[in-house]
Amino acid sequence: MTLKEAEGIAERPAEVARTRASQRKLVWWAFKKHRLALVSAWLLAGMLVVIALCEFVAPFDDRHRDSAYTTAPPQVLKLWSDSGFGLHVDGYTSEQDPRSLRITYEANPEDRIDVGFFVKGEEYELFGFIPMDRHLLGPQDPGDPMYLWGTTTDGQDLLSQVVYATRVSASVGIIGVLLAFLLGIVLGAVSGYFGGWIDNAVQRVIELIMSVPSIPLWLGLAAALPAQMGPVGRYFIITTILALVAWTGLAREVRGRFLALRSEEFVTSAMLDGSSHTRIMFRHMLPSFSSHIIAALSLSIPGMILAETALSWLGMGLRPPAVSWGVQLQDASKWSVLSGAPWLLIPGLCVVLVVLAFNFVGDGLRDAADPYKH
Amino acid sequence: MSDKQPLLEIEDLHVRFPLRRNLLGRPTVEVHAVSGVDLTLYKGETLGLVGESGCGKTTLGRTIVGAQKATSGSLRYDGRDLTALSRREQGASRRRIRMVFQDPFSSLNPRMNLRQIIGDPLVATGEARGAELEDRIAEMMRRVGLSPDYMDRYPHSFSGGQRQRVNIARALIVGPELVVADEPVSALDVSVRAQILNLLRELQAEFGLTYLFISHDLSVVENLADRVAVMYFGRVVELAETGALYEHPRHPYTEALMSAVPIPDPSLKGRQGRILLPDELPDPSDPPPGCAFARRCAYAEDRCRTGEIPLADGARCVRSGELDLEGIVEAESSRP
Repeated sequence: MTLKEAEGIAERPAEVARTRASQRKLVWWAFKKHRLALVSAWLLAGMLVVIALCEFVAPFDDRHRDSAYTTAPPQVLKLWSDSGFGLHVDGYTSEQDPRSLRITYEANPEDRIDVGFFVKGEEYELFGFIPMDRHLLGPQDPGDPMYLWGTTTDGQDLLSQVVYATRVSASVGIIGVLLAFLLGIVLGAVSGYFGGWIDNAVQRVIELIMSVPSIPLWLGLAAALPAQMGPVGRYFIITTILALVAWTGLAREVRGRFLALRSEEFVTSAMLDGSSHTRIMFRHMLPSFSSHIIAALSLSIPGMILAETALSWLGMGLRPPAVSWGVQLQDASKWSVLSGAPWLLIPGLCVVLVVLAFNFVGDGLRDAADPYKH
Repeated sequence: MSDKQPLLEIEDLHVRFPLRRNLLGRPTVEVHAVSGVDLTLYKGETLGLVGESGCGKTTLGRTIVGAQKATSGSLRYDGRDLTALSRREQGASRRRIRMVFQDPFSSLNPRMNLRQIIGDPLVATGEARGAELEDRIAEMMRRVGLSPDYMDRYPHSFSGGQRQRVNIARALIVGPELVVADEPVSALDVSVRAQILNLLRELQAEFGLTYLFISHDLSVVENLADRVAVMYFGRVVELAETGALYEHPRHPYTEALMSAVPIPDPSLKGRQGRILLPDELPDPSDPPPGCAFARRCAYAEDRCRTGEIPLADGARCVRSGELDLEGIVEAESSRP
């Protein structure tokens, strides 16, 4: 910075824009430069749309089961065949091995299944209250088999299942992290701001939770759930369990920040302005590192998603009929099944993709969070 | 002097910081930051408070505005003892006693724009909102020499001098009577310093403010203050009218402070010897008996090292009557 810049006030339009830019804008400008993070952010935005409209996006209902086609391979969408132009897939011909009883499927170009956008299908309620029967993509005749990502061992459409699982797994991650952050921020802030015995108590609790290995702790807590509990109740309890274990790291970080900020003169000055403790903590101090919190938030969602996946895969988390990526991957855990049906690993790919996307977005946000470093 | 009304009367004020506590939370080792200060501020005056770093002047200022709890003693403001008030009652007195901070960088929240910073005292207590809030902020900004156009800008776009104007605006927006200015210009360039001092002087005349001006810079204090209190080791060691103090300091510590003021005129260089104090400050967790300055004082006698020495006739020194100490005003007046 030159002496002139240090002395005077910015008057050129670009500089004026910068002086008026709030923290949020400065972070956004910096974030936009991070290509990978931007692409990931779009991917996650798309995922949120899928979560919100999942009944519409999925060709079939999550209870749809077609016992005639178990472990059927993925079909290919075609635009052109001998019988003319039009979006369609080929039907299956099946053959059962008389000795192993194993059914193998072949694509049958003779059996044309017309596919269309916004087709009539199973009825559902969008957002839980708008009755609809249209699906984004589906067979023109609702009874026809259209399994773009193949089917599961139970004869369920894998694509539809993955769409429904995305809603469950991603929302466990997001809701769980929000819960954990609420706890972490409030307890961390109180601990760092007031200090003394409150600080001592909170820190000891954190140490206690941190000293217990997390997988056995999840397992123990999840095992204590009644077996006959419904899928919705189970979902919320599992989310809460994950959150109760995850808040500690953030609480420590927030406490450290509050300890450091407490001696800043602007905090003293806020106190002298007559602000209440709550206002000082959450209006004056927390915004100083809110961008770091958002970055930490998106960086900890993957951990939560992986935790749910692991827990469900082990059979201690969500259970069928609930579908989550972890529940789906249970199917793929037997080599004998997997060797014949590699498409059952698609939910695993989704986990990798979403976890990477959250990590890139988190990285981008973290780098952008400090606009003054350049 | 006699027609002056006392605004704030400080009586035997002690502030101690616990260094170590025992199991029951009782302090076992304490630092005495302010130990027995008696001081009266009169309406409309500027009282300069000088002393070296660590002498307790900032702690005294922070105790007056309520940022620091007093260990014992009283702060009587308009007849009411501030130390006895609850947190809620203190709220009202906080609007009458305000503070301007030393560091123009750490005292402004980097995440808030000027509207939020200057308006904060009004918003926090719900005193003003909407258009009225806006008007009062704009009015205050104009008074301190900032264009209201800058309202939406963030502190990172301002220089030190302008930030200090923001600090002053925030202090004055609630209409205080007493302003504790803790080294308000020591972090500023010399060129900007005079502007801020002039602004403080103008605002004092305009709003009838009383200042407690804390500084280690004797020339700034001489310029602004009506009376000066010299602090050493948590105590006021000398209190006098500014002119008298600079011409005839009556405490050896004041003389030593004055000898450290650089003289801009090279022809006078060397005329006045710099008094170099031997030794360090005493240990503030274990204060010596008698005069705290005795160990470093060239004039000290045995009687200085025993008993409590009161502030008598404006100086806390048993030998103040017999010594002829050197100030700095005569050096300036002897210029050709």
